[in-house]
Amino acid sequence: MSTTSRITAAAVAAALGAAALAGCGAPGGADAKTVTLVSHDSFSVSKPVLAAFEKQSGYKVRVLKGGDAGKAVNQAILSKGNPQGDVFFGIDNTLLSRGLDEGLFSPYEAKGLEHVPAGLQLDKARHRVTPLDYGDICVNYDRGYFARHKIAPPKTFDDLIKPRYKGLLVTENSATSSPGLAFQLGTVAAYGKGGWQGYWKKLKANGVEVVDSWEQAYNQRFSGSAASKGKGDKPLVVSYASSPPAEVLGKKPAPRQAPTGVATGTCFRQIEFGGLLKGAPNEKGGKALLDFLLSKRFQEDEPLQMFVHPARTDAAVPEVFTKYGATIGKPATLAPETITRNREQWIKQWSSLVLK
Amino acid sequence: MRLGLLAVPLAFFALFFAYPVVAIVGRGLTDGGHWQFGRFGEVLGDPDIAHVLWFTVWQAAASTALTLLIALPGAYVFARFEFPGKQLLRAVVAVPFVLPTVVVGTAFLALAGRGGLLDELWGVRLDTSVWAILLAHVFFNYAVVVRTVGGLWGQLDPRQEEAARVLGAGRLAAWRRVTLPALGPAVAAAALMVFLFTFTSFGVVQILGGPTFSTLEVEIYRQTADFLDLPTAAVLTLVQFAAVLGVLAVHAWTVRRRESALRLVDASRTARRPRGGGQWALLWGTLAVIAVLLLAPLVVLVERSFAGPDGYSTVFYTSLRSAASAEGTFSVAPLDALWNSLAYGAAATVIAVVVGGLAAAVLTLPRLRRGPSGRTPAISRFVRGFDVLLMLPLGVSAVTVGFGFLISLDTPPLDLRASWWLVPLAQALVGVPFVVRTMLPVLRAVDVRLREAAAVLGASPWRAWREVDLPLVRRALLIAAGFAFAVSLGEFGATVFIARPDRPTLPVAVARLLGRAGETNYGQAMALSNLLMVVCAGALLVLERLRPADHSGEF
Repeated sequence: MSTTSRITAAAVAAALGAAALAGCGAPGGADAKTVTLVSHDSFSVSKPVLAAFEKQSGYKVRVLKGGDAGKAVNQAILSKGNPQGDVFFGIDNTLLSRGLDEGLFSPYEAKGLEHVPAGLQLDKARHRVTPLDYGDICVNYDRGYFARHKIAPPKTFDDLIKPRYKGLLVTENSATSSPGLAFQLGTVAAYGKGGWQGYWKKLKANGVEVVDSWEQAYNQRFSGSAASKGKGDKPLVVSYASSPPAEVLGKKPAPRQAPTGVATGTCFRQIEFGGLLKGAPNEKGGKALLDFLLSKRFQEDEPLQMFVHPARTDAAVPEVFTKYGATIGKPATLAPETITRNREQWIKQWSSLVLK
Repeated sequence: MRLGLLAVPLAFFALFFAYPVVAIVGRGLTDGGHWQFGRFGEVLGDPDIAHVLWFTVWQAAASTALTLLIALPGAYVFARFEFPGKQLLRAVVAVPFVLPTVVVGTAFLALAGRGGLLDELWGVRLDTSVWAILLAHVFFNYAVVVRTVGGLWGQLDPRQEEAARVLGAGRLAAWRRVTLPALGPAVAAAALMVFLFTFTSFGVVQILGGPTFSTLEVEIYRQTADFLDLPTAAVLTLVQFAAVLGVLAVHAWTVRRRESALRLVDASRTARRPRGGGQWALLWGTLAVIAVLLLAPLVVLVERSFAGPDGYSTVFYTSLRSAASAEGTFSVAPLDALWNSLAYGAAATVIAVVVGGLAAAVLTLPRLRRGPSGRTPAISRFVRGFDVLLMLPLGVSAVTVGFGFLISLDTPPLDLRASWWLVPLAQALVGVPFVVRTMLPVLRAVDVRLREAAAVLGASPWRAWREVDLPLVRRALLIAAGFAFAVSLGEFGATVFIARPDRPTLPVAVARLLGRAGETNYGQAMALSNLLMVVCAGALLVLERLRPADHSGEF
């Protein structure tokens, strides 16, 4: 046997072996003992928490992730009636109405709902979806920059159009980025359907810069993020209220305060929901899984796994959130139906106003 | 027997490409069972869409021209000069081609973006300018030109040009009258491939272009994944389909012309050390271009992965092994993505090699060639069309395929939506064209008479294939497998759209890490990108060792 043919044989054997091994490791199909959770890429739960549920309920949990939040919802809509799993996690209030109109979910009132504030329960009458977490999209500022320049950081939407903040803000494209869209929706909530375009004209005149993704805005342009290594040129960025705690995580010794702060008057609240998918192969298991997602154990696991706030008021929030995070008193909100009805038109208007 | 061989690739493409794509386009263009062809007028009449179409064509043409301008001297250098480290360098220039766009986009931003290396040194910034897109396209496609054109150039007999000079032609005239006509079809084929790749460019435009630049592929992605506007996406998909089909048809035609008889010699005999100042300058110029355009972004990537919070260290690499350090981005350690990628890649390679190898075998069966009358039989034309069809997955948006899988492969026994196999199948779709392109020239070069002699001596067709063809094509087969493997490793688009159990591949893991705040996540993304780069480069280096002397593949 020549060297090359031995290499061939070895390569083929290795490839087949790897394929077979990986194939064996693949989870089995749906059955009464398996419950499937469909979600977006950001879904995460720590192993012991999930294992405890599996042990206690007797179900094996299979998690399917499909792209970012918007794509995951669109995938669920495309496979409506023949869903890929039993429970969907992660449809937020900007997409909720689309999902409800399409009839994605079966009603189910999860255990523990009484601990969730009424303000988060957007489908209170029918319980087709259950609020599971929330977070705010706000302008973040680089503390160092404003201290060095002896300027007070902005607090509100109105501040952002003041001359002293000219050319400091970077935000994301509403058409391609969910924080970008949330920020735009925040301005719609603040200035009304008739006023938001006027506000954006002023914001544009004040030198707002738009990039395509949060990654670019935050990791590359924002001077306050560690990832930009001090090379970012914008001390203001549209990001999450939980970004300052994220900047601190893993830092030793723990700093006195986070290097970045949150402009608390520029926030738009995103609420994430879960629901039992209509036509779920394992409805009973799905209900148990929804109960688990609203259980205190899972809710207390959420903050450090996904950087969101638990929906339950009695779930403890880790110290890094309370110490370095901001409390958002009055975030902007819009009714999900209003968002669904106007979303595409608003994005189009925004694009021609700001990008051209 | 011919049909039998054809059945496997045909079934593969029908089931995993044609059916899903037709399903999703069909859903977009029908409404309550009626076709809505009026959509075409509506969509194409939209000035925004018209702008997208214009930009798509314009940037592809400009990228192609720039790539040829920069890479043709490189092709000459690789073909004609002998210099230390040539083998290694040939592999290095091919690395960008298989890198995922997420990684390349980030590397380019780190180099030429705001606050990047060039910005620090000379205040040069290219982000959100069309130059960043064009240069990234050159970065990706340099190897396509060097390999396609350089491969042939190296085998052209230099004595023909020398003969022309002896007969009194000037240096330029000799080159223009002798070398250029011989090289022309290869240049055209390379240009068309670059045009195809840049016409369907997605990641580069999205990351480097900023919100103002959008190509057809980006628009299809937005309309499908973000807006779920399937009618608009369907129209755009068909427009892109038609354009790609056109480019491929022209490409197939130029490739056929290239098969005209050229007197080829062993490439190792034509390359020699550069002589004289001009040749040395050309060599050093090419090396400088490679250093600046191809190596610098990769070096910046490496630098970033070691730039820890307290100076240079391997902290991002060591932390890849534990799930805890990822701060909840993964339920498993990021390093597991490497093993996922290798397993998916191995399975995709097996599929791609089987499907692509059989397809290439069918395309080169002797009886399909032109008969003595010079007429092309119907089946032969069909097979030739099949050749073009095999390339189509390169021109169809990954999101179309991904969402197509979702709505078409959803009923037992073919409910593959959450199956482990869906990812390697999607990756194999991209790998097959490369396998076919690598195998075809070699298979075509096998002398039919050898096979006939074996048959006359009593060998069965299987035995003739095993004893004659296999030994001759084994190396090409390995190279094809290596290419398919590398391409599978880097595949990002289709993989990310498939809802799957949490087994992220390397590119998906990188994208996910980049999507999180914090220095650790960013550093780990850079470290994982480097691992991916090393694996791809390793695969390509192995290929270089296996590269047969007479190999002139089309990539």
